[in-house]
Amino acid sequence: MKKSVILGAMTFAGLAAGAASAGTLDDVKARGKLNCGVTTGLVGFAAPNANGEWEGFDVAVCRAVAAAVLGDSNAVEFVPTTGKTRFTALASGEIDMLARNTTWTFSRDVDLKFEFVGVNYYDGQGFMVPKELGVSSAKELDGATVCIQTGTTTELNLADFFRSNNISYEPVPIETNAEAQQQYLAGACDVYTTDASGLAATRATFDDPSGHVILPEIISKEPLGPLVRHGDHEWGDVVRWSLNALVAAEELGITSANLGEMAAGTENPEINRLLGTEGTLGEMLGLSADWAKNAIAAQGNYGEIFAKNIGEDTPVGLARGLNAQWTEGGLLYAPPFR
Amino acid sequence: MSDIGFVRTEMLPEKDPPASEVGVIGWVRHNLFSSWLNAILTVLSIGAIYYVLSGVLPWIFQSVWNADSLSECREIMKGTWESTHGHACWGVIRERWLQLLFGFYPNHLYWRPILALVLLLAALSPILFSDKVSSKMLILTTAYPFIMPFLMWGGTIWGPVCAALGFVIGFLIIKHAAAAIGELWAMIAGVVAALIWWFILAGPVAGALSSVLPIGIEAVQSRQFGGFMLAIMLGVVAIGVSLPIGIVLALGRQSDLIIVKYICVGFIEFIRGVPLITLLFVASLLLNIFLPPGTNFDIILRVMIMMTLFSAAYMAEVIRGGLAALPRGQYEGADSLGLNYWQAQRLIIMPQALKISIPGIVSTFIGIFKDTTLVSIIGLFDVIGLASAIRADTAWNGIYWELFAFIAVLFFVVCFSMSRYSMYLERKLKTDHR
Repeated sequence: MKKSVILGAMTFAGLAAGAASAGTLDDVKARGKLNCGVTTGLVGFAAPNANGEWEGFDVAVCRAVAAAVLGDSNAVEFVPTTGKTRFTALASGEIDMLARNTTWTFSRDVDLKFEFVGVNYYDGQGFMVPKELGVSSAKELDGATVCIQTGTTTELNLADFFRSNNISYEPVPIETNAEAQQQYLAGACDVYTTDASGLAATRATFDDPSGHVILPEIISKEPLGPLVRHGDHEWGDVVRWSLNALVAAEELGITSANLGEMAAGTENPEINRLLGTEGTLGEMLGLSADWAKNAIAAQGNYGEIFAKNIGEDTPVGLARGLNAQWTEGGLLYAPPFR
Repeated sequence: MSDIGFVRTEMLPEKDPPASEVGVIGWVRHNLFSSWLNAILTVLSIGAIYYVLSGVLPWIFQSVWNADSLSECREIMKGTWESTHGHACWGVIRERWLQLLFGFYPNHLYWRPILALVLLLAALSPILFSDKVSSKMLILTTAYPFIMPFLMWGGTIWGPVCAALGFVIGFLIIKHAAAAIGELWAMIAGVVAALIWWFILAGPVAGALSSVLPIGIEAVQSRQFGGFMLAIMLGVVAIGVSLPIGIVLALGRQSDLIIVKYICVGFIEFIRGVPLITLLFVASLLLNIFLPPGTNFDIILRVMIMMTLFSAAYMAEVIRGGLAALPRGQYEGADSLGLNYWQAQRLIIMPQALKISIPGIVSTFIGIFKDTTLVSIIGLFDVIGLASAIRADTAWNGIYWELFAFIAVLFFVVCFSMSRYSMYLERKLKTDHR
């Protein structure tokens, strides 16, 4: 039975490869499940728990989109992808969207033919050193050995930074974050560099976190966000506005606790439009009127998701920083729901 | 003259050998302290063993089992031993061992992979221990390739039944048409009929049957497979299928038929010239791009095919080594008995060639079994992939050796059993021509 599918697929591969499938939105609705690409495991962002359920900051975006489209935050098939397989998985249609701490860059957006629909975490590359090294700035790291993950943008940023500051370094290439932790703790390198969120998460796992400092320099911009295939704008809109709904919900004070009350109708017309008691925003997206309500009900608003997965009360312990609302000095700025 | 003489009339009882020559002391003297050099080496070795064990044993046994996170582990260690160094935190294994074994396979269906494993052992027993187990068990062995997918993936029973029917159809045609149209044409007709059945008829027939008679069990998605179960599944399929393919390839490579020969040589050299990881990337990425969007060509099936082809190429070369070691006289002897090619292979050549190749074959088996961990690179959650996923949980981030120690034990058990079995088999088949 399966084999006939395979043969048919092989035979018609050449003919059908060029033909675009029906809209992703229709595909997802027909399937009743959202295929969402996530990382194979990154602390705070995506990881399976003991029951095999996925949890994390990126996972929450998947769940919100699934809730908006299908009304069920559990109607998600999580497809673990590695740094090497993620883009092919998205381009080939194996997944409908990718929420895998992926940096929005020009070439990924333009050349690889993807569409970044927004930013769910503003990150940047930093450095961590042992306290006893007595270093207070990255510019003092002349001649240091640096643990660096190969094949990432961080490797390129590192080379740029040291060259522009005219200092030298010796790279210690490593494959994974776990390996980096071991190498760094064993003293194989003086410095560990990766995204600041990763550094914080890594330091939190140390026996003695206070023995290590994260240097103040952030040497790159790493806007991490969900992405979809280029060219399917209806689907891109759905993912973009599901994310925006989470951000706007925090700004408007809608939380998972008061959602029911708010959805009954409020004095604020924007809240009413967002939650579907006024206007036809859902209809315009091709979704039900309560799409945003479902998205927020999935895991709460942006602030709640942040606090639950990577916020200061979690072991990862990240401050909001750049990821605060624009009203509080951050970069989160959801366009108006109108 | 006195006639007092001393003549012993009975034998003295045998004396025990000196205490320094027998028992523990004797053994130690002979084996450990037989010379000054050996004595020094013995002392040094004991020192080294003590050094390693004094580090490892406390780590293993002075450890924390009842903790739900790494930080809790550390608190308990500090409370008990005032240090977090040199103590294992087995809490992670206690919490996640089922996940490490079964991946995301649904909890209430664990009996299915377990039953599949038990049946696997039962199905293997008539092959592995042919002198002790009734050959009636071979019925199970024949059916197993169809039972295993049914148990693992679930769904309707008619899929595997229809797949098995293809073999029955092919076999019946080869058997009964041989008299009418000759052996070669019967073989071709049988294969073609089976292929037509599988690719064109089997799908609709299975669909129709399952709509009429919906017998089946709960279906499980490939995405939910993982852990050590996945390693065993990939390993068993690759091992089980690659041996026959390898034999055919090895024979093909020695064949006089020039096209067959060069196809086999080309296949073997191509596959051996490419790293397994490349083949896995082809399976997971390249095929995705070539196949039309929305095609669901199961990822585990793709990986199984690639691993099987990979190990078949190596197997072919191992068996060719066995064939090359046979004296020419064996082939000529077979010819002189009037056996045809297949009879000669089955009765004379292969039993000897395979026996010679046992160590090489088992090495390839063990190698391909351990290579299954490479699938973590293409995003499948085998044990290694799960270990990194578990580390990505905030509770267990930073844990390292405990997970790998557990995985090492799992692999050691399986690989060591395979190795011991091959030694048993070599002893059993030993005919001592050396």
